[in-house]
Amino acid sequence: MLNNYQSSGYPLWSNGPTPGGFYNFTGGQQTHKLPSELVTEGPYGTKRNTSSITTGSSVLGIRFDEGVMIAADTLVSYGSLARYQDIHRVFKINNNIILGGSGDFADIQSIKRNIDQKMIEDQYYDDQITMKPKELSSWLTRVLYGRRSRMNPLYIDVVVGGVDKQGVPFLGNVDLRGRAYEDYVVATGFARHLALPLVRERKPADRDFTAQEASDLIRKCMEVLYYRDTRNMSKYTVGVCTTSNCLVEGPYNVNENWTFAANIKGY
Amino acid sequence: MFRNQYDSDVTVWSPQGRLHQVEYAMEAVKLGTATVGLKNKSHAVLVALCKPLSELSASQRKIIPIDDHLGISIAGITADARVLSKWLRSECLNYKHSYESIYPISRLITNLGNKMQTTTQRYDRRPFGVGLLVAGYDENGPHIYQVVPSANYINCKAMSIGSRSQSARTYLERHLSSFNDCTTDEIICHGINAIRGSLSNDELITKTENLSQLNITIAIVGENYNKFTILTDEETNKYLEMANNSNSLDDQRKPTEVVGTSGSDDDPKPGPSDSDPQVAVGTME
Repeated sequence: MLNNYQSSGYPLWSNGPTPGGFYNFTGGQQTHKLPSELVTEGPYGTKRNTSSITTGSSVLGIRFDEGVMIAADTLVSYGSLARYQDIHRVFKINNNIILGGSGDFADIQSIKRNIDQKMIEDQYYDDQITMKPKELSSWLTRVLYGRRSRMNPLYIDVVVGGVDKQGVPFLGNVDLRGRAYEDYVVATGFARHLALPLVRERKPADRDFTAQEASDLIRKCMEVLYYRDTRNMSKYTVGVCTTSNCLVEGPYNVNENWTFAANIKGY
Repeated sequence: MFRNQYDSDVTVWSPQGRLHQVEYAMEAVKLGTATVGLKNKSHAVLVALCKPLSELSASQRKIIPIDDHLGISIAGITADARVLSKWLRSECLNYKHSYESIYPISRLITNLGNKMQTTTQRYDRRPFGVGLLVAGYDENGPHIYQVVPSANYINCKAMSIGSRSQSARTYLERHLSSFNDCTTDEIICHGINAIRGSLSNDELITKTENLSQLNITIAIVGENYNKFTILTDEETNKYLEMANNSNSLDDQRKPTEVVGTSGSDDDPKPGPSDSDPQVAVGTME
């Protein structure tokens, strides 16, 4: 196993003697590379981009009695331009986790690549242990807070959902500063204003939603979002995660009805 | 002491394909007092024999808690164990900070094995001179792992390491099939009875008569949020009593009985007769 030195974190020779230098026998201390914002010369340091470029809009997640559903439309905008119209923003992470991403889509792709790598690491342990949604949510919190602390945040707002080993559903939100919360309904972007109240007013006080109720609510909310949010489009995907299955469904289309448009005057 | 042409450096092979320094480190484990680890289907238990270094000193700590869900029992160089336990603790803490969950035992031990392996392949290091029994509980249930200085780790149903531990292993082998369905109390008693096997004959006589002189530490971890706990003296005495009672019905060896094999694994000679790796009592997977 030639690569074993790399995996153990102690390269065999990289902290060996430099030619002509003194060798410290008890060596093995690694010198950590400081992030560039701390070593950039000059009085002003480095300036990072302060806004997102290509954006995905709302993500809506609803927890029901035996799982979670996360929905997002398939639009990635470039400013107000509906630039990419067939991009899935709800991802299956593993058999217990789905993730919906809004905000800067490049940053979503970046963090998604990191997460996928972690899932591969999970697999090569080959011990039937997989990451749980709560763990991913916590990890995202650490990463995103770390990035904001280095003045280089990822401009994303993600919804993490899934079920743990006991089949208990989890639904939570982590934003670009690393703030996190969990609830039976979680939304980002405009859905936080438009969809969240719709879901909350239909929540039975004494029980969770059923899968059917959650599905109906998702469809209703995506319709409302399409009509009322200019950065939305009619096509959306829905991730569903329960103990028995975990997949991203769709794309579906909202039930468009523009007959009322003829009655609107004055614009 | 044994001298060998090929034993001055960990990284030098002997022509027989052995790393003598690593094997010497394995011998250090056999110098420590015995410790036993075993599990039923819900709990993992460690029992360790604590012998003071001198009449004047207190006995050394044999069981080290690592996190809420696991702990280790050690045999060998205690200082080395302290280094390893510090590392294990910080790994668990880091994991908890990142994921707000417990470190899966198998992964922690895999990474520990990788860390220990590097010491067997560098000329400026030496292998850790300590053997560990790890008892832990995670989403896959209770676990007992044995970790040896050669950086091998073995997933065990039950295991014993340390001086005169062969007789404890013999006991464990004999009762292995019953462990899975034992109650927690029974599994602790089995642990005590097993460790009793590692006592020398005259020790066994005095300590069977006077229970409190048998200085052991017991730790348990298991399901239903049963965190890794080292039992108090009162609880330990209760279990000693209990084990002693179950003992009289059992086929446990009597103090007068002569044990032929005991001490054979104290023999520090790495001769060809014991060149095989130590055999686990029962391994899983």
